[in-house]
Formats: sequence, C-alpha cells, structure tokens
Amino acid sequence: MQRKDDFEIRRKHLSHLTEEELEKRFWELTEKIVEPLIELARTHTSPSIERSVLLRMGFDSLTAKAIVEKCVEKGLLGKGAGHVVLKYALYKNITIKEAGERLAKGDGWDEIDRAMAVKISAASAGKVV
Amino acid sequence: MELKKNEKLNIEEILKDLEKYRPRRRGWHWREKVENQKIGPFEYRETSKSLKNSIPLPAAKYFGGIDPQPDYVITTEIASGRFEDDIRRMRMAAWHGADHIMVIRTAGQSHFDGLIEGTPEGVGGVPITRKQLRATRKALDIIEDEVGRPINFHSYVSGVAGPEVAVLFAEEGVNGAHQDPQYNVLYRNVNMVRSFVDAAVAKNIMAWAGMIQIDGAHNANATAREAWKVMPELMVQHAINAMYSLKVGMKKENICLSTVPPTAPPAPCIRLDLPYAVALRELFRGFRMRAQMNTKYIESSTREATVTHVLNLLISRLTGADIQSTITPDEGRNVPWHYFNIQAVDTAKQALVGMDGLTEMVQIKRDGPLGEKVRELKERAVLFLEEILEAGGYFKAVEMGFFVDSGFYPERNGDGIVRKIDGGVGAGTVVKRDEDYLAPVCHHFGYNNLPEGLEHPCDLIGGCTLCYPDKIAYIDELDEKDNVHVRLEETQEIREKGLIKPEVEWFADGIVCMNIFLPVGEEVAEAAGLEIARRLGLVDAEIIHREIMHPSEGTYLEIKGKVPFAIDPSSLTIPKKPEMLSPEEIINFVKDNPVKIVAATVGEDEHSVGLREIIDIKHGGLEGFGIECHYLGTSVPVEKVVDAAIEIDADAILISTIITHADIHRINMRKLHELCVEKGIRDRVVLVGGGTQVTDDIARESGLDAGFGRGTKGIHVASFLVKKLREKKKS
Repeated sequence: MQRKDDFEIRRKHLSHLTEEELEKRFWELTEKIVEPLIELARTHTSPSIERSVLLRMGFDSLTAKAIVEKCVEKGLLGKGAGHVVLKYALYKNITIKEAGERLAKGDGWDEIDRAMAVKISAASAGKVV
Repeated sequence: MELKKNEKLNIEEILKDLEKYRPRRRGWHWREKVENQKIGPFEYRETSKSLKNSIPLPAAKYFGGIDPQPDYVITTEIASGRFEDDIRRMRMAAWHGADHIMVIRTAGQSHFDGLIEGTPEGVGGVPITRKQLRATRKALDIIEDEVGRPINFHSYVSGVAGPEVAVLFAEEGVNGAHQDPQYNVLYRNVNMVRSFVDAAVAKNIMAWAGMIQIDGAHNANATAREAWKVMPELMVQHAINAMYSLKVGMKKENICLSTVPPTAPPAPCIRLDLPYAVALRELFRGFRMRAQMNTKYIESSTREATVTHVLNLLISRLTGADIQSTITPDEGRNVPWHYFNIQAVDTAKQALVGMDGLTEMVQIKRDGPLGEKVRELKERAVLFLEEILEAGGYFKAVEMGFFVDSGFYPERNGDGIVRKIDGGVGAGTVVKRDEDYLAPVCHHFGYNNLPEGLEHPCDLIGGCTLCYPDKIAYIDELDEKDNVHVRLEETQEIREKGLIKPEVEWFADGIVCMNIFLPVGEEVAEAAGLEIARRLGLVDAEIIHREIMHPSEGTYLEIKGKVPFAIDPSSLTIPKKPEMLSPEEIINFVKDNPVKIVAATVGEDEHSVGLREIIDIKHGGLEGFGIECHYLGTSVPVEKVVDAAIEIDADAILISTIITHADIHRINMRKLHELCVEKGIRDRVVLVGGGTQVTDDIARESGLDAGFGRGTKGIHVASFLVKKLREKKKS
C-alpha cells in the first residue's frame, strides 16, 4: 500500500487527548491486539513446545525429536508428547526414561491407543519415575 | 578452578568433566549502584561497585589508576564461530568492564527445527549447544570470580526451536536472551502462528529462570531504507512484545526494550534521535532500556563508528538506560576482532563515566520542539495500532505489509515486509491442544489438563529437570570431525611449545593490520599498499579501510594480512621492566624525606631537551613530585657536576649524555663514578645516567646505579630514586 503522510487529518481525534490519555490509549490498543494472540498460544501447541516438555522430562534432544516426530505422524501432538510417554510408562509399568526410549525407537506405537486410555489422577504421582 | 592473572585460561581444564558441571546461579544481575561514590580524588553520581581486577582507561594513570564502573550494565557481543577462542576474549572484555556477554548464533540456527549438539564450528556466530553453553558458562563463572562481579551470559531464544532453547538456557544458567516473535516473522520468515505460539511457552520458561528479555525491534532500524522513519513502528513493535510478555507472566522489570538511536552523522542525529528516546522512555515507564549503538551507518572507519557511538552514549546518559550495549567499531568491515570488542567496551565506560552526573547540570527541554516531536511520535504510534485493529489484528496487518515500511507512518511506501499466515518456516505445524492435553512438567504455559490435587505437575513423572537438574540429559559430541577437540589438535603444537602468533579472532590465525599513509591518490595507493604488504611477507593481504586525504596528495590505508611464522619466546631477550611506584607514594616519600638532585648534560653536548623533560614540572618531571632540582645546563664538565653536588649536599646526580661518539658516554659515566669515589661521596649519592643510547646495563657497567634510555619519563627516574633512597635509609 502506498499513501501520502495524512497525519494531520488522521490525528484529529487524538488532538484533544492529554499526554496521559494518549499513553493510556496506546496501551489499551496494544492489549486488544495481543489478547487474541495469547489465547491462540494458550490453546495450541507445536513440535518445539512438545520437545521442550520432553527435555524437561529428562530426555536428550535426539530422543525428544524422535518421539515428537512419531506423535505428529500418529496425530497425537494435541494430546501432548509428554502425556503420551507418561501414559505408555503407566500402561507398561516401566520408567519414563524407558518408555520414551522405546517410543523414540518406534516401538510401542501399536499399543498407544490402549495406553492413552489409562486414567490418571493425583494418585498417579509416584507410580512411575 | 581459580584463575591467576598471570596464567591463561586453560581450555582443556574447562572442557573436563562438563557432563557434571552445573551453573551456580540463575537469573540476571544488575550492577549495584553506589550513590555519591568516592573513587580516587572524585565523587561520582552514577557508578557501581568497583571491580577486584580490572584494566582502567589509559588516562587513569593521572588519577591514581582509578577504574570507576558506570551504573549501566555493559554488553559486548562475542561470537567468532569458535567458542574456545571466544572465552579468552570474554575474559579480556570482563577486565575492561563488560558484564553482559552476548553470543550471536551461527547462521541458519534459527531455521534449525530442534537443538544442535556438540561443538561444531559456526559461521558469523557460534552454534548454540548444551556443551558450548556449559563450557562458556563454566569459563564465565571463574572469570566473574576473577573480576569480582557477576557476568550475565546471553543468547537468542528465537527461530523455530524457541521453547527448547528457552529450556536449555534455563537449565544451563544463561541469564538473558533475545525473545521477540515479531523478529522471527519479519526477519527470519518463521511462520507467524508458530512464532507466537512458541514464544509464549519460551517466555514463560524465561520468566521462571529470572532471565531478562531483550526484544528485536531495533532490527527495523537496520532493515528499513530510511531508518529514522520507522520510529512510530518501533514503538508499536516494542509494545506488542512487551504486552505479550507481561500477559505470559514475565515481570515488567525483566522486559528490556532494545533501542537504537536511528541516525548517525552527517545527519543531525541528536536532534532526530533525542525526541524518539524521550518518547520511548515516557511510553514505556517501568520497562528496562537496553540502549544499543547504531550499526546501520557503520562503514570501515573505526574512528567514525566510535564518534557515532559516543553520540549514542550521550543519548543514553541524557535519557537513561539499564543496559548499554556496544557495537565494535570494526563491525562494518569484518566479524569483530578481539581488541575492537575491548575498544567498544572502553568507549562505553569512558563516555559514561565522563558524563557522570550530567543531568544534575544539564536538562532536556521537554517543552518546545522536543516536546512537540515526542507528542507527534506517540500519536503516530497510536494511529498505527488503530490501523492494525481496523485491518483485523496483528496477523492481517503483517499479511498486508504494515511492518518495516520505509514511510514515516501514516505515510506508506509499499515496501514493507509481507508474510502470509500459512507461509514461512514451520507453517502448518501448530495444532490445537485437545481437551485432555497434558504436559507433566513445571512452568508450562497454557492449557494443561493436570489432575486435581497435584502439588507439582512433575510429581507425575518423579520430577522435571527444572526441579531436579540432575535429570538433565547431556550429549557430548555428535560429529567426530567437526568439534572443539579436533580444532584444538590443530593448534596443539603452538600451544604446547608456547609459540607466539598474532591473532585477531582465532588462536594463531596470524592476522595483523598495518596503518599506511601513501602520498598518492586512491587507486595507486591501493596497488602500492598491497605490494608493500607482499614484500613484507604478509600472506592474503587485503585492504580493509581506505580514506582519501586528498585526491592527489595522499591516501590512508589499513591493510590486513597473515604472518606466516610463529615466534618462540625462548629465542627472545626481554629487557626487565622496572617496577614503578605510584605518584602518591613518591610524593609522600619526598614530603617526609626532602630530596635534592643535581642534573646536567655532560661533556661537549648542547642537548638539553631530554634532561629537561625528566626534570620539568610541566612534563611530569621530578619537580612535580617535590624533588628539588639543580639544573646546571649543557656541556658541563663532570668535575663541576660533582662539586655542585657536594656544595648542596645532593642525594643524587643525574647526567645526560645524549649524542655519543667513540663510547664517550661510557667514559663520562665511569668518570662520574670515580670522581665521587675520590671525593668520598659515592656512598651518599645516587648516580643516574641518561641518554638516547644509554641502557641500564651500560650505566651499571660504568659504575652508576641506573641508566635510562629513550622513552623515559620523570616518574621512572623518580620511582627509582625513591626506591634507592629508601634502601639507603634502611642500611
């Protein structure tokens, strides 16, 4: 888009504002722009986000990458990659580390639907490490 | 591991046991400001705690060697592609006053969908990996102990692996990072949905780790054709990232705006840049300012760059800053060299200390032309925001090319950067979190269907790495050909034998730079300059800077080239450097023990300049320390000098024999010694010889107590006299 500088015309509605009101308006408008972006982020995830979860679970970057790739392939990213590993560990009653390594290698994915059906609650804490 | 100042950093030691190394702290460190601090003869208004070990500015010797540290954190960007060489530069920078070390990433890392591991060599930066971060952090930990001030380590949480990099940084003790989803979108063509979704998770991790965040708005300065016209947009970009970060949960005081004075001379830069700086600081009260220096208009002249940067520093002092970043003055011509990092840090330190307390006496005229401009900029920014909303929000605005348009908003030139919502790297990779979405780790942003009653999310997995750092998985190397150990082997011989090669960037790179003036026009000068370099034996010579002094009278060149040999220090004769006393120490001694000297140029010699410089108060000579000097003139016979010394009961005799033929200087010195012995005063009087060809060894061989040659200053002689007289007093 090309446009000549029409600042003098555009600014008319701002001209009566005090400096304080002008600054307030600046921040209110910014907030309006940012809010939908934050909501988008709150409700979505990405391969990098899920790899960051796996890193925090103690996996190295290579293992994290392999697990996430599988999750994308199986359409499970929306469940959370860490979630998938946790459920598999609970289902097989193995450690998180072992569960992740198996999934990274490509094992266990045929059982993953059954694993995901495992229910978890606060009481699940401590069941696997 | 402790560093001794006479020992080099041992890279092998740093690389040892890295898999077990843990950073000692998290979070950012601001300098501790000291109000009205007394340092040496002065009281400062805007300085922080001094360092335990540092290198002061050259002129500090006139003020007792003081090294006042400004209140702002000072940044230097170090990234040569080999971190093992960079850490030595970091140590030098820390000694000069840098406490924020920023490491630029290697080209292409922002498009790498995942983490890089090991220590491959980088291009225009360093591949940021766990091993590289850990080794660098380990080095910085010992360097900060050495200088006595915490050092902030910094890199980039951007590109398509932002959340992972943020976790990596939090785990490895990185203290600050660039994070701005707009930067990815506009300059790295990362898909905009991916960029914003990732950013929220990354920022949340950074917030937990107490890292400070620097935004990417300053890049619009560097990219826009007419940098000063993007000011309204810069404020919009700052605001979007700042608000987004606040909403994620980052503390206001950890959010820094990266701001650059947009113009440089010959533009009337202060008049253009100052209102902008004021408007920004008013609109963004409570946020932090990271003042960066201008890069857009840097050419190959390091002098020109430095002057522009000092003007930038004036704006920092007038309007305030929290972090003062520096740009090396050679950035316009190459990847920064060691000593230009140091120069840039010194430029910041020098200018900031020089302008200490400036606003106590000088005030910005808020009303008048500056105020009008401030108001106008704010209004233009508000209009920009209004139009983003009218267009249907941020993503729509980007699709319509709102950003980095060279028009002074609302003017539009139609040359903005256009990105599509389904385009760019990582497009189509973002998915909606399902209702049962779960992430069993701590400090995870966004919707998380954790079971109720759980104390920590990571209780589900027996702890996450943020709570239990021992769980962090460490990969050493993945590429057996491209890593730090292979690179170190290449220079092993030079390092082990302690051979010396010049370097500007990498160990033993051999590069030197010559400054040459040639009394001819530019084209001939360049050809002649390269020929000179070739005949001097420099390899790969290249002209890196040229300045026309006059189209036909002369050209100034800076030429770099490689030295094809190494020096073995065991083959060198290194003259001993006398230890010098401080001026205060000398003055105090003379106050308590008055010192008288007799001085003359002896023999048939009419030269007086050298000796007068040693004596005269205006040249910083002996008189300046309170020493009573009796100067007898030139061509004085040695006998007369000795008689004069006896007459006034002198403590020392200084003779100068400047021009010497047939060893006449040795003869005169020996004669002085023998006469003093004969007259029975040799024990009482200190004898000093001087002259362009005199050395300490020659003088001592001739029976004197010391000799001083070319380049001697009054303080050298005074220092020696006081030490010698002190000894005499004792015995």
